[in-house]
Amino acid sequence: MADHFLEMDEAVKTGSRKIAWCTSVGPAEILRGMGFLVYFPENHGAMLGATRMATELIPHANALGYSPDICSYLTADVGSFIQKKTPLTMAYQIESVPKPDVLVFNTNQCRDVQDWFSWYSRELKAPLLGVHTHRDIGDIGDLQIKDIAGQIEELIPPLEEISGEKFDMDRFKETVEYSRRTSELWKACLEAAAAIPSPWTFFDTTILMGPAVVARGTKEAVDYYETLLAELEERIDEGVAAVEGEEFRLYWEGMPIWGKLRPLSEQFSSLKTCVVASTYCNSWIFDQLDPAKPFESMAQAYTELFIVRDEPYKEQYIKDCFDTFKFDGILFHDAKTCPNNSNNRYGMPERLSKNLGIPVLTINGDLNDLRCYSEEQAKTNIEAFIEQLEER
Amino acid sequence: MNNRSPQTGQRGIFSGVDIGSSRTKVAILNGEKKLIGYSVRRSGTNFSETAEICMDESLKMANARREDVVHCVSTGYGRTNVAFSSMTKTEIGCHAKGCFHYFPIAMTIIDIGGQDNKIIKVDSKGKRINFKMNRKCAAGTGAFLEEMSMRLNIPLEDMDSLARQSQEMVVLGSYCTVFSGTEVLEKIRQGKKVPDIVHGLFYSVIKRVMEMDSLTDTVAMTGGVVAHNPYLITMMRKIVDSEIVTPEHPQLTGAVGAALFAMDL
Repeated sequence: MADHFLEMDEAVKTGSRKIAWCTSVGPAEILRGMGFLVYFPENHGAMLGATRMATELIPHANALGYSPDICSYLTADVGSFIQKKTPLTMAYQIESVPKPDVLVFNTNQCRDVQDWFSWYSRELKAPLLGVHTHRDIGDIGDLQIKDIAGQIEELIPPLEEISGEKFDMDRFKETVEYSRRTSELWKACLEAAAAIPSPWTFFDTTILMGPAVVARGTKEAVDYYETLLAELEERIDEGVAAVEGEEFRLYWEGMPIWGKLRPLSEQFSSLKTCVVASTYCNSWIFDQLDPAKPFESMAQAYTELFIVRDEPYKEQYIKDCFDTFKFDGILFHDAKTCPNNSNNRYGMPERLSKNLGIPVLTINGDLNDLRCYSEEQAKTNIEAFIEQLEER
Repeated sequence: MNNRSPQTGQRGIFSGVDIGSSRTKVAILNGEKKLIGYSVRRSGTNFSETAEICMDESLKMANARREDVVHCVSTGYGRTNVAFSSMTKTEIGCHAKGCFHYFPIAMTIIDIGGQDNKIIKVDSKGKRINFKMNRKCAAGTGAFLEEMSMRLNIPLEDMDSLARQSQEMVVLGSYCTVFSGTEVLEKIRQGKKVPDIVHGLFYSVIKRVMEMDSLTDTVAMTGGVVAHNPYLITMMRKIVDSEIVTPEHPQLTGAVGAALFAMDL
C-alpha cells in the first residue's frame, strides 16, 4: 500500500506518469492498461473513516451544501480536501492526495460517486469521464453487457488524448489477466473462512482487501494474495482459529463501520463469535474478467456486482453464502448515508430470517460518520443477539 | 440451582439490578421466585452508588441481609457498574425472562424505557425469537415525554391523569422529539387544550412503538413509562386486537428477569 501511494506522489512531483482517479469498482483495468497510475478516492474515504478523521471533516462538506445524508465517503473526502488533512501524511508522510489528470467513474455502486468526482472535476479543472450502469438488474442480458462494454471502449479516445499515448491492447489484456488472477486469489482467501474454525474474520478482511481494490491489475497484487492464501491455508491445516473457542458464526451485510473496527472486532471475539463473511468484501471478486474478451468481460464483472442487482438476486446471493460459510445469523448494518449498500430497508432481513431459519439483527450506524452511531446501543444489540443464539 | 447462601449456608435469596438510563431498579426474589423486596431510584451520575442504595433498600424490604444473597445479576446500560454482581445480561434478555415468568406464553413484549424502546418476541418456551430496539433517536421513549412535560410546564407525574381528561385528542405528526416540541407550541398557540395535547403525545409514543415491529400473540407491556402512565395500556387496548397484559410491577420486569438469571447460576 505504501508503494502504491509513494509511487503516485513521486509521479505528481516529477510529472513522470499521468494520474487517473477511478471509482473502486470502476474501469481500473483500462486506465492501468493505458499507463495511468490509478488512485481510488473511496480507499481514501475508508482511510478517513478508519483513522476517525472523517467525523470532524464531514461538516466542512456539509457547509458547502453537501448534505449530511449523502455518502459520507464523499463528504469526508471533500472535507479532507478543503481542510488539507489526509491520513496519507501520518501513514506515508505524503502531503496530499495526488492531483488527477482525469477522473473516471462508474455509477454501478451509486450516483454519489458521480457527484463526488464532479466536485473535484470542477475544483481541479480536470476532465471527467464516466460509465453509467443499469441498476436493480435481475438477469443480465446482452443489452446491458453490450452497452457497458461500448461505454468502456468509448473511454479510449479521450484517455489517449489525456495520456498522450496510444491504446495498447496487449498491455490492456495483461492488466485484465492480472486483475482476474487477483480476484481468483482474493475469492479463495475469503472462502478460507468457510473452514471451522475460521482462520480470519471480516475485520481482518476489511484491512487486507486493500490491494484487491487499489492494486488489482498488477503483479504485486497477485503476489500479495498468493502469500496471504498460503498463510490462511496453513492456519486451516493447523486449526488456528481467528476467534479462540469459536462458538458462533455471523454474516455481515452492508458497509463496515470503519471507525469502530477494533471495538467491534474485540466485542465479537469476547463473545466467541466470528464474523466469517460479508457482502462488502466479496464485492471485489471479478473472476469474470477474461483477457480474451476484455471489454465484454469487464462489462460483465462490473455489472454482475451484488450492489447493481435486484432484491431476489441479492437474497439468493446471501443464501448461497449461507451454504458456503454456515453462519448462525446475519447482522445487517443500516448505514445512514449509504442507502445503496444498506440492504435491510426493503424487508430482506425478515425474508431471509424466515427462509434460512436463522435470526437477524440490524444495527444503525454509518461507514464514516460516527455522529450516526450509538456505540452503546450497538454493543447491547450485539450482546443480546449472541445471548439469543445461546438460547437456541 | 444452588439456593444456599455461600456465606451463611442458609436458604438464600437472589437479586437483580437493572441500571437503566433513567432509573435503577433492584428486585429480590426468594427461593420460590416470589418478589420480596424492591427499590427504584433515579440512576443519577454514580451508577455504583445508586445500585448500592437500591440494594440496601430492597434488602430492608425483604427483611434480609447482604450475606443472604446467593447470586446477583445486573442488567441495563449500567450493568457493568455493579460491583456485587456475579454476571451481566442484557436488558433484552432480562425483560424476556422476567415477562415470561409472569406470563409463560408466546408473546410480544413492548418495553418502553427512559431512553429506548424494545420489542421482544418469545416463543411458548420463553426463548427469544427476535428483538428490535428503537433507532438511535429518542422518539417514543420516556425521554420524549420528559421533554414534552418540560415544554408544557407540567409535572411528569401529572401526564397520565391529564391524558385521561382529554375530550378530543390532538394528533401530532412529527417523528422527531424536537420537531414535536415545536408542533406542541403551535397547538398551544392555536388554543388547543393541554389534556388533548398530552393525549396526542401518548398516541405519538404508541405510534413510534408500533412502527418498530409487528405485534404477534399476546402483547405484554413493561417498563417505567407504562408503570407511571398506565393510560398508555388503555389506549393500546383500543388500538390493537391482541390481548394486552402487564406485570404487577412493569418497571421491575428487567430486574426480576436478572434475579431469575441469578437463580440459574
